[in-house]
Amino acid sequence: MIPEIGHFILILALCVALVQAIIPGMGLLNRRVDWMNVAQPAAVLQFILVLISYSILTYSFIVHDFSVLYIANTSNSELPLIYRISGVWGAHEGSLLLWVLILSAWTAVVAIYSKRYPVDVGAGVTSVLGFISIGFLMFTLFTSNPFERHFPAPVDGADLNPLLQDPAMAIHPPMLYMGYVGFAIPFAFAITALVQGKVDTAWARWVRPWAIGAWVCLTAGITLGSWWAYYELGWGGWWFWDPVENASFMPWLTGTALIHSLAITEKRHALRNWTVLLAILSFSLSLLGTFLVRSGVLTSVHAFATDPTRGIFILIFLGVVIGISLMLFAIRAWQMRTTGSFTLVSREMSLLSNSVLLLIAMLTVLLGTLYPLILEAITGEKISVGPPYFSSVFIPLMVPVVFLVAIGPLMSWRKENLSQLLLKLRQPAIIAVLFASLLLLVLPGKANFTAWFALLLAFWVINNCFALLKQRLRNTNNLSQGLRRIPRGWYGMITAHIGLVMTVIGIGLSSVYSQEQDVYMAPGDDRTLGAYRFEFIDVKKKPGPNYMADVGTIHVYKNDERLMTLHPEKRLYNVRRNVMTEAAIHSNLLRDLYVSLGEPRNLESGSWSVRLYYKPFILWIWLGGLFMVIGGLLAVTDRRYRIEVPDEKLKLDSTHVAAS
Amino acid sequence: MSQPVENQSIQPKRWVYLLPLGIFVGLVILFFIGLELNPRLIPSPLIGKPAPSFSLPRLHHPGEIFQETDLQGEISLLNIWATWCPSCKQEHPVLMQIAKANKAPIYGLYYKDDPEYGVEWLKNNGNPYRANAVDKDGSVGIEWGTYGTPETFIIDEKGIIQYKHVGPISWQDWKDKLLPKIQSLREKSDV
Repeated sequence: MIPEIGHFILILALCVALVQAIIPGMGLLNRRVDWMNVAQPAAVLQFILVLISYSILTYSFIVHDFSVLYIANTSNSELPLIYRISGVWGAHEGSLLLWVLILSAWTAVVAIYSKRYPVDVGAGVTSVLGFISIGFLMFTLFTSNPFERHFPAPVDGADLNPLLQDPAMAIHPPMLYMGYVGFAIPFAFAITALVQGKVDTAWARWVRPWAIGAWVCLTAGITLGSWWAYYELGWGGWWFWDPVENASFMPWLTGTALIHSLAITEKRHALRNWTVLLAILSFSLSLLGTFLVRSGVLTSVHAFATDPTRGIFILIFLGVVIGISLMLFAIRAWQMRTTGSFTLVSREMSLLSNSVLLLIAMLTVLLGTLYPLILEAITGEKISVGPPYFSSVFIPLMVPVVFLVAIGPLMSWRKENLSQLLLKLRQPAIIAVLFASLLLLVLPGKANFTAWFALLLAFWVINNCFALLKQRLRNTNNLSQGLRRIPRGWYGMITAHIGLVMTVIGIGLSSVYSQEQDVYMAPGDDRTLGAYRFEFIDVKKKPGPNYMADVGTIHVYKNDERLMTLHPEKRLYNVRRNVMTEAAIHSNLLRDLYVSLGEPRNLESGSWSVRLYYKPFILWIWLGGLFMVIGGLLAVTDRRYRIEVPDEKLKLDSTHVAAS
Repeated sequence: MSQPVENQSIQPKRWVYLLPLGIFVGLVILFFIGLELNPRLIPSPLIGKPAPSFSLPRLHHPGEIFQETDLQGEISLLNIWATWCPSCKQEHPVLMQIAKANKAPIYGLYYKDDPEYGVEWLKNNGNPYRANAVDKDGSVGIEWGTYGTPETFIIDEKGIIQYKHVGPISWQDWKDKLLPKIQSLREKSDV
């Protein structure tokens, strides 16, 4: 009975979504304030209904209701509580419900905050979000109902995929979805602005915190996913250019371009159409990512069980949403061409160049992801595009991006004097060259151009941040007061930029200086990697809550002194019979020592294949991600986004409504 | 170099605004074709090919060998199953009915499981299989392209794989998919 209630409430939520989409939307077109006022209560009610429905599914997971088909397929009576809760989004149906939940949550928050926007803008945004919600609710109810029953109920469930039985994997999908879905809000603002024919500085100020918020979640989600792949897959890699990873990376690239372009539109009223296009693209790519993952058009380790009717449904939905938006853009953007002007050497130009580079980077990732599909459609040949394509195309595009991150913030808006700029850049650049060269001498391993260049770019960005700080403080005598007067958003920018170069350092140094050995080891054997000696002691059986593990013991010595003992595991999960690798990793800021077990070679001698890695500075890749997240959080909590709009501005402004 | 960029000079032409829409329409067409091409719609690359060769101990008579040539001679079903697989248990009553209908013999590939459990399960719940091969380490299952149990193949009298069903067979599946396939194969071989 309880799952049927959940199903029924989800149908009610669809009805409310219809109201939320249609009535305020009609109000916007007919300038009826009373219709527009339906937006907020409808959005909140929809959220409450979806939340109840979602809670019911979670409850059914917790109490092991295996008569629900979805639960029978993704849970098991041995599954620990935490993974029964996260198991709700462990497969297709439940993760769609999570998607709808997050969308309705974001919408409810926007609707509550909509007091700060003119009533017609709030209504337009809520209405657009309502239409998106209708699409996803229909998708869930008609093709992927998580409450579907199955009689007779199986005695036990098929268990959650052991790959997902991991703490980082439990929070990675919700973070990622919050990012994906979060870009629906800038998208909704962009559509409303196109309908009204009005994009101004105020519009950019409304959109910025939402765009940054979505970007923060997406950054956190991608960082967690990469970290998870590193320690869980057992191969020491942290990014595989898998179609599903690319699907999350593409909206990140355009989202990054968007938050920077919004800054120009807010400060300088320029590049409005570009900003609107980026807002549309970021969400469109989120939808595209959903399509690629859910339809099974591309084969990927991430893809859940696929079903062609689902693929067709998402494709139609995708076509309608993105098609209408881009058509609207083609018509309206032409009518509201840009007014602001700036010179070739200016902060606008550096930001614009950067977002163009990010867009090109996105297109190269898109091409690499879809190329196998294009080729198969034309010639029927099956190929796969791997890391060699992506690294050789993507990295050269990222070098000028980081270069612009270094110089852009030092430039003035509108017009920068070139000789003065060069003067400002000279000292930090010299220091960066010195630092990078010195550090290269200290680092273990041979001097290497890639490593030097990564360090150089990183130090240059950091030094320029200090130069920028000095410039900011030049008119104050009191240091602490001066520091406090700088807006929080500025600190956010600096933190995120430093985060980016930390990631650059991590990628550069770990790719150059990593050492690895893939060897057979018997008890007593040892191998040396860099300054470290690994001694293989043994592998013993040890039962876990729902698996049986082979636990290895490896002692690590440096200069004949025992540093630590590592315990890599190989787990055989009881229900699905999947074997999972749990690498043993010792991390610090300078290096990771990484050991994972392969296969037993000889049971009598107790020898195993073992993978040993020494990875310097790899932790910096994810620390950089963490800094970017913190930077985004600082920016989003800047007090200027909390300033209330004066009351008279809230009234319906008829000039907002397009004459047509 | 530092002259203001004139509005006109950075104003894109009208068609540029249509460019994103144009690219997108191209992508949608590609995806439509892509959905048709979906490699997962082809149930198995093994269809139309001879059954992969194997040679395994029998479940009830561990001393005897069961091999792919035992599948030849008449149209048969090969069902991959295990006792640790809940969907297999759910499928079991349907297999019993199919065995009773006597349209085609069912052989089993007992996958990654302890033989003792299998014998016990079949003793308690009935045995729809004519014979079972024990694939204890799963290596034969890999040859057959198994990615989840249960899976069922229809093999014709020459030992060629003709059909693959993934997941538990329901009575509906049997009536609508498997039985018609077996009947059409039989008609073909009679002609």
